[in-house]
Amino acid sequence: MLNIEPNLANPDAFYEALIDMHRELTTEQSHLVNAKLVLLLANHIGDVSVLHDAMRRARDSEAQP
Amino acid sequence: MDVNHPAQTFDYVRSADQDSPVAALHPVVIVGAGPVGLTLAIDLAKKGIPVVVLDDDHRLSTGSRAICFAKRTLEIFDRLGIGERCVNKGVSWNVGKVFLREQLLYEFNLLPERNHQRPAFINLQQYYVEAFLNDAARAESNVDLRWKNKVVGVTQGDESVTLSVDTPDGIHSINARYVVACDGARSPIRGFIGQESKGQVFRDRFLIADVKMTAPFPTERWFWFDPPFHPNQSVLLHKQPDDVWRIDFQLGWDADPELEKRPENVLPRVRALLGADTAFELEWVSVYTFACMRMEKFRHGRVLFAGDSAHGVSPFGARGANSGIQDADNLGWKLAAVVNGAAPDALIDSYCAEREFAADENIMNSTRSTDFITPKSEVSKLFRNAVLELARDHPFARRIVNSGRLSMPSTYADSPLSTPGDDTSFNKGVALGAPAVDAPVQVDGRHCWFLSLIGKTFTVVQLIDANTLKITIVGADQRENQTVFAEPSGDWKHRYSERVGTTYLFRPDQHVCARWHTYDEQSIQRAVNRALGKNAQ
Ligand SMILES: Cc1cc2nc3c(=O)[nH]c(=O)nc-3n(C[C@H](O)[C@H](O)[C@H](O)COP(=O)(O)OP(=O)(O)OC[C@H]3O[C@@H](n4cnc5c(N)ncnc54)[C@H](O)[C@@H]3O)c2cc1C
Repeated sequence: MLNIEPNLANPDAFYEALIDMHRELTTEQSHLVNAKLVLLLANHIGDVSVLHDAMRRARDSEAQP
Repeated sequence: MDVNHPAQTFDYVRSADQDSPVAALHPVVIVGAGPVGLTLAIDLAKKGIPVVVLDDDHRLSTGSRAICFAKRTLEIFDRLGIGERCVNKGVSWNVGKVFLREQLLYEFNLLPERNHQRPAFINLQQYYVEAFLNDAARAESNVDLRWKNKVVGVTQGDESVTLSVDTPDGIHSINARYVVACDGARSPIRGFIGQESKGQVFRDRFLIADVKMTAPFPTERWFWFDPPFHPNQSVLLHKQPDDVWRIDFQLGWDADPELEKRPENVLPRVRALLGADTAFELEWVSVYTFACMRMEKFRHGRVLFAGDSAHGVSPFGARGANSGIQDADNLGWKLAAVVNGAAPDALIDSYCAEREFAADENIMNSTRSTDFITPKSEVSKLFRNAVLELARDHPFARRIVNSGRLSMPSTYADSPLSTPGDDTSFNKGVALGAPAVDAPVQVDGRHCWFLSLIGKTFTVVQLIDANTLKITIVGADQRENQTVFAEPSGDWKHRYSERVGTTYLFRPDQHVCARWHTYDEQSIQRAVNRALGKNAQ
């Protein structure tokens, strides 16, 4: 089950770190870094049903008008 | 000395059918003497079925075609009597390496276990395989091979199929109870009966150069992503017999195939890979695009489709010929049983169920590999590159890198021919529907391979005590059963079971169709009947 309830001890700090990760990167480099991040996290999670759920949620919110 | 196989030709011989006032009726006619048609013909002949094979040509395959033949194919060839010849002539290999730019990302071993008779793969030019199959076919009195016999029309009746056959002496007709169309990717037979093969064409082009040289590269499959000698594209290098190397350059969709084939454009690409000092000759150069496709159904009345006529894949998993040969292996015993009256016609439907499933599996694997090698969109390329860059330092990413998942035989997990038996309570061993796994055994104190003892017909293998396997080749009736006793090796027990009483039932194509913890005559008989399509529950 994908956890969609708050799970980060410090959401603001996480968000800052996420944006910081991209500092001084071109958009193209940032895309690559994001892709790597997705892959690293996906492997860490491992459970495909959780991953599918996350993929569906990520995509559904995009497909909505 | 080997004869010069590529140049071998076969004579057209006028057949008695051409002088017959009424069209002859044959039990089985195979259209196409490629690897699939010939495999099927030899198998049927060995099972006592006379077969006519028609081919519009009179030569072996030319140019760059299949080179990688898988372990399972070699095991099937062993039953046809040409496995040893292929292995002796071929280049055996188990190891593949994947490079990103100049750096080795990872290597894989396709046969990590010891003690199998055959390697994971051999590389051997398709024309050698066809030459060996031809020799074996001509040695069978049941095989009637007819060159320059081109099928130009097909009419289906209730009891038989009529083929119009064009020859140098004009057109004649022959009838067959069953026709197997092994007539390749463009399959004229498919067209004659109004069917098509549908799927996806990959928007990329590949230059395939077969190059003759003596070079110190090891006998491994080497695959580069973005190498310095061919930036932004992939390259595959593979050794074949006779000092021939296959080099496969990705070109991209915009490349002009005619220009790319010219020696003045090919030579610099090859030189960039090999270095300026390596002397080489071009044997054959071609530019390909690849597609994954299949027919919706492999059976249409009395016409069956096998090999490239039924399905096509990109070559990155070596799944074309290898899967076609498994089609033939699956169909041979069923068709023989039906023609002999030992099984109902419906048994042939299980060929479709099993091999359509296998085709989907091959297409899935081939499509995934091709999508990795030839990403279809910007974002697909982005993830592909992310995987490659992570792979160097992150073991998990190496497992995602896909330079071709190489041909493995299918397991017919949900086959209607299988009997569940005690399958679910086995915690290891060879699963229901899977092909038998080889292992050393001893017969009368002499070493031999397990696979050589099973698969002429249905075979029951029972571990009767810790040191004895009782192998029963099931005859048409009980009195014709033949029994062999063998001593299992530790490998055998590890691969099948240590438990005394374990009983496996193998089909004639060596796939497991039932297994039990104890031996029971009645259960075995019922399972054989079910596998023959009789009184299935
Ligand atoms: C570059 C390349 C690399 C490949 N590498 C591999 C690999 O490494 N491993 C692998 O397993 N596969 C590989 N393949 C695929 C492999 O070559 C094919 O899957 C295989 O040849 C299919 O065999 P087939 O018998 O079904 O058809 P084919 O070999 O195409 O034979 C069909 C036969 O039917 C005959 N025929 C056609 N029409 C008629 C007619 N009307 N009447 C009578 N006869 C007719 C033809 O003359 C031909 O002899 C590769 C293919 C390519 C192009």
